Amino acid sequence: MIEATALTKRYGATTAVNELTFTARSGRVTGFLGPNGAGKSTTMRLILGLDRPDAGRVLVDGVPYRQLKDPLRTVGAMLDATWRHPGRSGRDHLRWLAATNGIPDKRVEEVLTLVGLTSVGKTRVLQYSLGMQQRLGIAAALLGNPRVLVFDEPVNGLDPEGMAWIRQLLHSLAAEGRTVFVSSHLLPEMAQTAQDLVVIGRGRLIYQGTMDSFIAQTKDHGVRVRTPHADELRAALTGQAEFTEADGAFVVSGLDSDRIGQLAFDAGATLHELNPLTGSLEQAYLDLTRDAVEFAVPSSEASR
Amino acid sequence: MIVNLLRAERIKLFSTRAPWWCLAIALVAPLGFTALFFALAGPEIPPTVGNTQLASGNGRTVLLVLAVLATASEFNWGTMRLTFQAVPGRVPALLAKVVIVGALGAVLGLVVGFGSWGLASLVQPDADLALHSATAWRSVLGQSLVFLFTAVAGVGVALLLRSVAFALTVVLVWTQVLEGVLVFIPGVGKHIYQWMPFHAADEFVGAAGLTTGPLQLPSAPLGPWGYLGYFAAITVALFVAGVLVTARRDA
Repeated sequence: MIEATALTKRYGATTAVNELTFTARSGRVTGFLGPNGAGKSTTMRLILGLDRPDAGRVLVDGVPYRQLKDPLRTVGAMLDATWRHPGRSGRDHLRWLAATNGIPDKRVEEVLTLVGLTSVGKTRVLQYSLGMQQRLGIAAALLGNPRVLVFDEPVNGLDPEGMAWIRQLLHSLAAEGRTVFVSSHLLPEMAQTAQDLVVIGRGRLIYQGTMDSFIAQTKDHGVRVRTPHADELRAALTGQAEFTEADGAFVVSGLDSDRIGQLAFDAGATLHELNPLTGSLEQAYLDLTRDAVEFAVPSSEASR
Repeated sequence: MIVNLLRAERIKLFSTRAPWWCLAIALVAPLGFTALFFALAGPEIPPTVGNTQLASGNGRTVLLVLAVLATASEFNWGTMRLTFQAVPGRVPALLAKVVIVGALGAVLGLVVGFGSWGLASLVQPDADLALHSATAWRSVLGQSLVFLFTAVAGVGVALLLRSVAFALTVVLVWTQVLEGVLVFIPGVGKHIYQWMPFHAADEFVGAAGLTTGPLQLPSAPLGPWGYLGYFAAITVALFVAGVLVTARRDA
């Protein structure tokens, strides 16, 4: 479990993370979303004790990171897959990291197998593709068999197979009861990966909760209906609901798809499409972060 | 725990190519120059034990480069952040690094010291280069200590500057240009030069004779061991400052 309480980090005049409070539960994949510059990476550095907070605190399984003994055995993290010496082999990269926390070399071979890099273990990292580097970073995170995993943009630059592989890996890690905290700017990917969400904008918490309720929270976007019998449907809907017509399709709001289907059937209108426009994660995210940005504009103007 | 960290730093140091190249050059350069000096030089370089160490400064400079690379490159490549992720206390990891790089320096100094002396003896078998005085032993064995503290200085400068290019520039300009140029400042130059750290190291091993004579330096302000203490204190101060700054700073 990761618990942040009123976490605040300033760099000079900018407040990168502002009174941020959230929890990432064990046994769940928690997605960490926010626009560029929202403070995601800073928050992750604070979790790992790389930066010191100006106020507030963050605990990992109840303990500040800096107080963990052999922290790799509790928290595995990949904040940046490029944190490696290009002239060192993948195996040696993992060997020195394992040695710091007294993790046996046998485990290095295990994680190399787990991420599918055994055959290139002795190859220098500069010859690795982006996807292989990403896998090496994940292998490093898994070295200590940790209960908590923190990944910053793990699917960045990966091909679809690589993305699917990471998605499955994150799911299986959470299914084993681990805490998985993962940031991404790829919303469709996150919709398939995360069960819980922490959304931030300008360093502040915008949303914390389950993915399902986040999507449900979005505004009604209506139901899209197509029919060859436009006149009949128009007559049936008039007075019953608000609707617009464009490109030979109706978008109906104020009625759910069950009611619209029944009305069309009663009016003798054949339906070719009856499609509730449920808010996507993307839509919900844009709505929320746009509000946050709009909300923030007057205050920054006022401070000038 | 410190054993684990020493092992990690040892793996780091020997798993990239640059340190091996540096070691090779740090060995070949001083040994080669020493052999040439003793084979070709006339009466301007009398064959004494102290003069067998004249070229050790070349090896020392390359070791300085090695220490800077081993430390500063970790900031450049981000592995320092991974290290701090694994060792959030930071100081033990930095101590382990200085122990490993320092130990490598000590061994290298031993090999350069004895190697230079041995080679000189081979090239000029008639000269009396036997180690029968404490001074002679200090010249040869003392390189080990000089190289150890040179490595400490390199790690310290790299921790303070955190950039390979910046740190290399500083140590190379210092050793190759600044120390030598200061002596030409009229009046105070010679006195300042006598307090330059690597001149102090040369005084300790008795390899400063070639410069002190022609430059007509005033008599040395410290004895050999005083000079070693002075040199060591500067290098340790650099390292401690580097550790304090690095431990406090956001990684």
